[in-house]
Amino acid sequence: MLMSDDLEPTGIDPAIIRGLSARRVTRRSLLAGAGSLGAAALVSACGGVSGVSKKSKVSNGAVQSYWSKQHKTPGFVFASWPLYIDVNPHNRSDHPSLDRFTRMTGMKVKYEEVIQDDDSFIGKIEPILKVGQSTGYDLVILENGPLYIGRLMDAGWLVPLDHSKLPNFAKYAAAKVKNPSYDPGNKYTVAWQSGFTGIGYNPKLTGREITSFEDLFDPKFKGKVGMLADIMELPSFALNGMGYDSETATEADWKKARDKLMQQKNAGMVRKYYEQDYIQDLSRGNTWLSMAWSGDIFQANASGAKDLKFVIPKEGGNIWTDNLAIPKGAANAFDAITYMNYVYEPRAAAIMAEGINYITPVPSCRSYVRSDAAKAKGSARQTLEYIADNPLVFPTADEYAHTHHFPNLTSAQIPVWENMFEPIYQS
Amino acid sequence: MSTVEAVEARSGARRGRRTRRLRATLAPYGLVLPGGLWLAIFFVAPMVAMLLLSLQTGNIISGFQQTLHVATYENVVRTYHTELVRSLVYGLIVSAVTIVLAYPMAYWIAFHGGSRKSTYLFLTLLPFFVSFLIRTLSWNFLLADNGLILGQLKSWGIVSQDFHVLATPFAVIAGLTYNFFPFMLLPLYVALERIDKSMVEAATDLYAGRTQRFLRIVLPLSIPGVFAGVLLVFVPASSDFINASILGGTNTTMIGNVIQTEYFTNNDYPSASALAFVLMAILLIGIFAYARALGTKDVLEASAG
Repeated sequence: MLMSDDLEPTGIDPAIIRGLSARRVTRRSLLAGAGSLGAAALVSACGGVSGVSKKSKVSNGAVQSYWSKQHKTPGFVFASWPLYIDVNPHNRSDHPSLDRFTRMTGMKVKYEEVIQDDDSFIGKIEPILKVGQSTGYDLVILENGPLYIGRLMDAGWLVPLDHSKLPNFAKYAAAKVKNPSYDPGNKYTVAWQSGFTGIGYNPKLTGREITSFEDLFDPKFKGKVGMLADIMELPSFALNGMGYDSETATEADWKKARDKLMQQKNAGMVRKYYEQDYIQDLSRGNTWLSMAWSGDIFQANASGAKDLKFVIPKEGGNIWTDNLAIPKGAANAFDAITYMNYVYEPRAAAIMAEGINYITPVPSCRSYVRSDAAKAKGSARQTLEYIADNPLVFPTADEYAHTHHFPNLTSAQIPVWENMFEPIYQS
Repeated sequence: MSTVEAVEARSGARRGRRTRRLRATLAPYGLVLPGGLWLAIFFVAPMVAMLLLSLQTGNIISGFQQTLHVATYENVVRTYHTELVRSLVYGLIVSAVTIVLAYPMAYWIAFHGGSRKSTYLFLTLLPFFVSFLIRTLSWNFLLADNGLILGQLKSWGIVSQDFHVLATPFAVIAGLTYNFFPFMLLPLYVALERIDKSMVEAATDLYAGRTQRFLRIVLPLSIPGVFAGVLLVFVPASSDFINASILGGTNTTMIGNVIQTEYFTNNDYPSASALAFVLMAILLIGIFAYARALGTKDVLEASAG
């Protein structure tokens, strides 16, 4: 009775609040930053450690010979984020989906919530990978983007995946997470969960529903607009809002997006470029509308700020995806890839979707959520129905079509991109 | 006493004197050694590392190489001169405002505080028992556009609906002033408190009026305190980044925020280090110019006191 036990008899399941809350906020955390001087920074500070190996071209033969040497082990170590998996409400350290995996395969999962943000976790494992040692983790969850998981991919520090061991992925994965631009052919990663970046707003203050990217430029909202001070989010959001696709936009498009954002700033539209604290200003009415992460708005709703709404602009918005990957040197790669396959099994995906409530990579698990809802009673039923009908867990095809990932910048493009967009919020 | 003995005794005394003189010469070095080593290890070493870092080229993905790429300095100054100038201007304003606010207060406590001097000082420091981060964040809460204070003023129609304090330069400067106030107050108090009251009495005996007494006795004698206070306020205020990020808005970014972002977000360590050095150089030049203007003697007294 995994499902109905999970639900508490109060309106919205706390799991939703927990799951939809933006666990990714601290990535650019200003105050945490002071303490998180990464090991990578120190290594490079010590007089020019020369570069890491360039993206290694991996031949199919090498992949096969690697995997032919991997065998079943008693279990694997899984590095994850806090509050990022289903929990048994009676025992928070018990995770039903992992128990089910152990029952089915005999492999134990050492589930460790050790990742607080991409930068500092990568900073922690980078020096270890650099010297060719094992990080101690067999599976990690990291966000897409050239500065996050792309960094490890480029350096050749991830184990290429053997897709013959991932039949569920081929069969059940959502089209959006198959063959993504940041990892063509899913060579190194498969998606864990995704989320949207759109506009959060308070209709009482704006006086109308917000539907468009252009609303962020309406002079009526002068000084009441919040934007994100994030080098990937802000430019990608502008590109998608202007009708380009952030994944394929050219440098000429970038310039137009920069001009548009500059113009918005110079016109005094923007109250502030927020690192992560935009939600306070939005719920206090300091801003009326703001670039926002879907999870934050949901949590704000659940914790009292009922007025706030979230919309993906009709022109387009951003989607981010957290990915499962196996770092080089993993001792239990076989178990890890077995688990990767497991999370794409619809029954397992349903258990996780009911507990995590981000965008599941397995749309077909919805029928399981529905049947669980039909079996449940009272508020539990309400909660499961709410999840099953929630476009933030099961987005429509239209929402998928209108959202794009961050561009897969090359190391030569990164400084161009940064020089173009940084001055917008760095002032 | 034979001549031989006398000669030996004299040379023995000379030897003893020489050892004593040697010890006397070395003693100061011995005293300086522990602190000097501490500074060498924890101040000079990171400084050298930072300097080398600022001259590197490369990026986080392909690694950094040690070069002598001084162009980074030119580049960061060109890109961020607005923020540099803004930080220095904010620092100057904050120093001036804290002097204006703290001087009368320090004067009153020093000259009229009586037996409760330490109580008054303690009271001024009381807020600092709470983390300044929490205090700054609570201003962010109190001053919300429709929050406790402004919401009430707006409902009474005292200020216009559009009026806001947060996200303005005023908010940032006020926050800095609030946070650095005691760093001005304490050195001013120490300088004023040291003034020998009999000097003021002597001035009175010589028919100096209140204004004359203040301008010719109290003020000159308190200048070391002003210098120390400005040093303690101006330097950290111009490199602060907390106030700008919590209370500021679109055009209030200070150089500390830029360095912070360059380092932790963009992992552009050379640019961040170069900016830090530029800021340090400007502050050092500024302080030396300021020291010259106030007179070296006063400055030495300030550092001695």
